[in-house]
Amino acid sequence: MSKENGVIYRISGPVVTAVGISPRMYEVVRVGDEGLMGEVIELHGDQSVIQVYEETSGVRPGEPVVRTGQTLSVQLGPGLLTKIYDGIQRPLPELEKTMGVFIKRGVDADGLDLEKIWDFNATAKKGDSVSSGDVIGTVQETKTIEHKVMVPPGVSGKIKDIKSGDFNVTQTVCTLEDGTEIQMMQKWPVRTPRPFTKKHAPEVPLQTGQRILDFLFPLAKGGTAGIPGPFGSGKTVTQQQLAKWSDADIVVYIGCGERGNEMTEVLDEFPHLMDPKTGEALMNRTTMIANTSNMPVAAREASVYTGITIAEYFRDMGYDVALMADSTSRWAEAMREISSRLEEMPGEEGYPAYLSSRLAEFYERAGRVETLAGGDGSVSVIGAVSPPGGDISEPVSQGTLRIVKVFWGLDAGLARQRHFPAINWLNSYSLYPPSLDQWYRDNIKGDFPEIRTEISALLQVEAELQEIVQLVGSDALPVDQQLTLEVARMIREFFLQQNAFHDVDTYSDLKLQYNMAKAILSFQEESKKAIAGGAALEDVVNIPARTDLMRGRFESGYEDKIDEMLEAMNKQIADTMEAN
Amino acid sequence: MTGKEYRTITDVKGPLVFLNKTEPVAFGEIVELRLTDGTLKNGQVLDTSDDQVIVQVFEGTASIDKQTGIKFLGDVFKLPVSTDMIGRILDGAGRPRDGGPAIVADEMADIIGAAINPYSRQSPSSFIQTGISAIDACTSLVRGQKLPIFSASGLPHNDIALQIARQAKLVDSDDDFVVVFCAMGITAEEYNFFVHDLERTGALENACLFVNLADDPAVERLITPRLALTAAEYLAFEHDYHVLVIYTDMTNYCESLRQIGAAREEVPGRRGYPGYMYTDLAMLYERAGLVKGKKGSITQFPILTMPGDDITHPIPDLSGYITEGQIVISRELHQKGIYPPINVLPSLSRLMNAGIGDGKTREDHKSVSDQLYAAYAQGRELRGLVAIVGEDALNERDLQLLKFADIFEDQFLRQSRDEDRSIGEGTLDYAWKLLSNIDTKYLVRLDQKWIDKYHPTDKKE
Ligand SMILES: Nc1ncnc2c1ncn2[C@@H]1O[C@H](COP(=O)(O)OP(=O)(O)OP(=O)(O)O)[C@@H](O)[C@H]1O
Ligand SMILES: [Mg+2]
Repeated sequence: MSKENGVIYRISGPVVTAVGISPRMYEVVRVGDEGLMGEVIELHGDQSVIQVYEETSGVRPGEPVVRTGQTLSVQLGPGLLTKIYDGIQRPLPELEKTMGVFIKRGVDADGLDLEKIWDFNATAKKGDSVSSGDVIGTVQETKTIEHKVMVPPGVSGKIKDIKSGDFNVTQTVCTLEDGTEIQMMQKWPVRTPRPFTKKHAPEVPLQTGQRILDFLFPLAKGGTAGIPGPFGSGKTVTQQQLAKWSDADIVVYIGCGERGNEMTEVLDEFPHLMDPKTGEALMNRTTMIANTSNMPVAAREASVYTGITIAEYFRDMGYDVALMADSTSRWAEAMREISSRLEEMPGEEGYPAYLSSRLAEFYERAGRVETLAGGDGSVSVIGAVSPPGGDISEPVSQGTLRIVKVFWGLDAGLARQRHFPAINWLNSYSLYPPSLDQWYRDNIKGDFPEIRTEISALLQVEAELQEIVQLVGSDALPVDQQLTLEVARMIREFFLQQNAFHDVDTYSDLKLQYNMAKAILSFQEESKKAIAGGAALEDVVNIPARTDLMRGRFESGYEDKIDEMLEAMNKQIADTMEAN
Repeated sequence: MTGKEYRTITDVKGPLVFLNKTEPVAFGEIVELRLTDGTLKNGQVLDTSDDQVIVQVFEGTASIDKQTGIKFLGDVFKLPVSTDMIGRILDGAGRPRDGGPAIVADEMADIIGAAINPYSRQSPSSFIQTGISAIDACTSLVRGQKLPIFSASGLPHNDIALQIARQAKLVDSDDDFVVVFCAMGITAEEYNFFVHDLERTGALENACLFVNLADDPAVERLITPRLALTAAEYLAFEHDYHVLVIYTDMTNYCESLRQIGAAREEVPGRRGYPGYMYTDLAMLYERAGLVKGKKGSITQFPILTMPGDDITHPIPDLSGYITEGQIVISRELHQKGIYPPINVLPSLSRLMNAGIGDGKTREDHKSVSDQLYAAYAQGRELRGLVAIVGEDALNERDLQLLKFADIFEDQFLRQSRDEDRSIGEGTLDYAWKLLSNIDTKYLVRLDQKWIDKYHPTDKKE
């Protein structure tokens, strides 16, 4: 590659046009006297159009533009976890060190700490034949996560030399017979999916501890979910709950064009929250990307790619990775802004015509795969969507819903009633249950799927009955239907509502969820019997043991007490017959 | 670089001027335009290339012709800042408007404002008592928050903003607030109302005003809030002040943004507003907060009037997506004669949980707030039902809730413009008293332990 130098011809916000260079598409270039980082996004004639990842005010035509020969890449290796990056993988703590609390520009920072010494433990040995993706050694990256050092994609051969010991990420830990040297750090272009052997159908649920999600609308490991909702409906809280409680090995959390304080909250909280699986701080398994709404839009556009590339890298080690992007709408808006600066022909609502294909390509990078090394890894992707006015007929929501297999629809009305999580149980869906049901039968209870069906059916019936109630009042309904309404109310208030901010209620495991659902159905059954035996509905509904059972979910040790509470409830229901 | 004056205007369109030039002009550079009659105008470069430049003229393009001389001043827009700004009234471009001397710069600050590194932020968690029960109990404000007032024309949002500015205080320290007030396109009458009130209460001495009125240039409005926030940042992060920024009316700001977009023939987003309006607003709202290692803070109260009272209109909608909650003013309550007419149901403070509770406000605050909300929400819903089926169809519980909704509006919400209620006695105890109109057995959101301790008649003492 020739290092020819160009000059700036035009500047319009984040979009800069250069002449005098002929770079490749998506090549990274240095723009202006301050060497601002940019990426080539269009070539026409002798002009190269560049999106610049930093603020461009003060930059003038005539300033230099220099090629780097690299495409936009991330550094992958030990040291990714517990980190917080901006959209182009600059560690935010490093930026603070060099420029203080405000992000200035023209500063470069490596994604990985290149000096840090890691204890590399070789697992392959001299003479082994290795190829792309094979694990040649490990490093204890955090207390809970063992980092697997892999042969980079495209490399293979026989090991001539490998040794355990203390190395930094750029030192050679392994040499192949053809002379190829392997370091712990590899680089990967963010816009290119990392290779794997093949995709598998997902068959294991991603357990989140959130009742409405796990029980009614489950996401599979390797699956995709969209969470659209108007402002204040609970997208961020839901995403943070998933980041905290889902049983993934690794979590990549992307704050894409959202609030600064929300990232601070995660940074403050995660080091103190314990992973229910390992008993260690959740931060140990987490990487964060924070490109907030007031940071440059071009870097916002890149942030989702940076995040998903890191996710794929851990997947390749055989881990289950969960990635949250909050919010994909802000990413789409970044595309729209840049596209309009390019004066491209706009599609619907000004979004570029390629919006839906970009969304599809992104979600396609999710999946459960057989890794190059023959292992099993997955990336699950959960994207928040922020439709204007909460109306999901808009392009980003529609483009997302066409691809994702799970739809968690947040509802302004429910949020206003303070029914949280405000996920609408009538229009949300998951396409995974058929492929997950066997897992539930084997691991939770044989009739798990049937119980789920009964619960959903009750909610459907309630919706129909509510229409009648609106017209004539509930007293006009026959008593069995009034009971159905009571049971449905119990499902909503006791089971579906879950307070993310309550120490105990914030997380329920699948077994407990199952027991809670069974308790509701048991209430229904016993009450039916009691009413048939002459009890008054009012009495049945008001038994104190039912309140105890419902309130119990806020107490620790509930999973051990629920059976007893259920028994007490059933007994009191039976007693209501004698009272009459 | 400065000095050369061009007379090479090729086109004038709306607030934009297109001209040819030979020097390399910086993106964002400040421009001075000299009209043939000697009038000076200012502008900023929106697009620059080897041969052509697009300039946005703050004062509007009226009277500009091809003879107009244009000078590039070599730098981006900077505001002279100093603590002497406190007590001053400046115009929408930062020049004195009160007849006083020019601000002697302690520093020249770039008005675009760099983003706060998210890693360097500190989570807001100090409760601000506004003395307004609806806000303090149900949508508690914390220092460093951005909490807009969603209002509509003809509603008393200005009174509420002023009452907050007057009464806001921290319960656990005597640090005072400095108010930075930013007017964008409001009427002279509204402006006088603000200034008189600030004067009357002596608050003007502790305030800095940036004023762009309805008959001032519309394009200038795009920089006015940036100046105000630049001043606020300087005071908060260089001089440890706690700054309360009130800006009104964001709707006028957004209209100016739309005007520029249209003049540039950009592809519009929803309802003609530019697609980048979210980002543009975020560049303002995100300048609220606390940062590690600095004592000061910036709390923002943007006021916006919802066109057609429509909360899904892009201006409130995009604001709501960025701010940390919203206080919604209701026309219905206003028409009932209730001040402040705050509808707590669609209102929300997302940072409330971090700022209330034991050691901050009071241990029962959360429970009381949830209970007020639930009871009022149910009571209001029952009003609808009663309209159809009549009160006779209601059971005892419903009747109590129905009555409570009236009590809540009439006594809890309603307070006078200078009534400053303390969070403990003035607001929470009062809430308990009003809630005692409902049988305790229906107060399911209240923990038994708080009932035992605070209920005026059922407490165990
Ligand atoms: N599961 C939950 N439990 C308790 N409260 C919740 C829950 N979900 C949401 N909330 C409440 O709703 C508020 C808004 O939620 P959140 O910030 O997640 O909204 P959002 O959809 O991300 O909004 P935006 O689009 O503006 O970012 C929270 O501050 C919290 O008060
Ligand atoms: Mg959010």
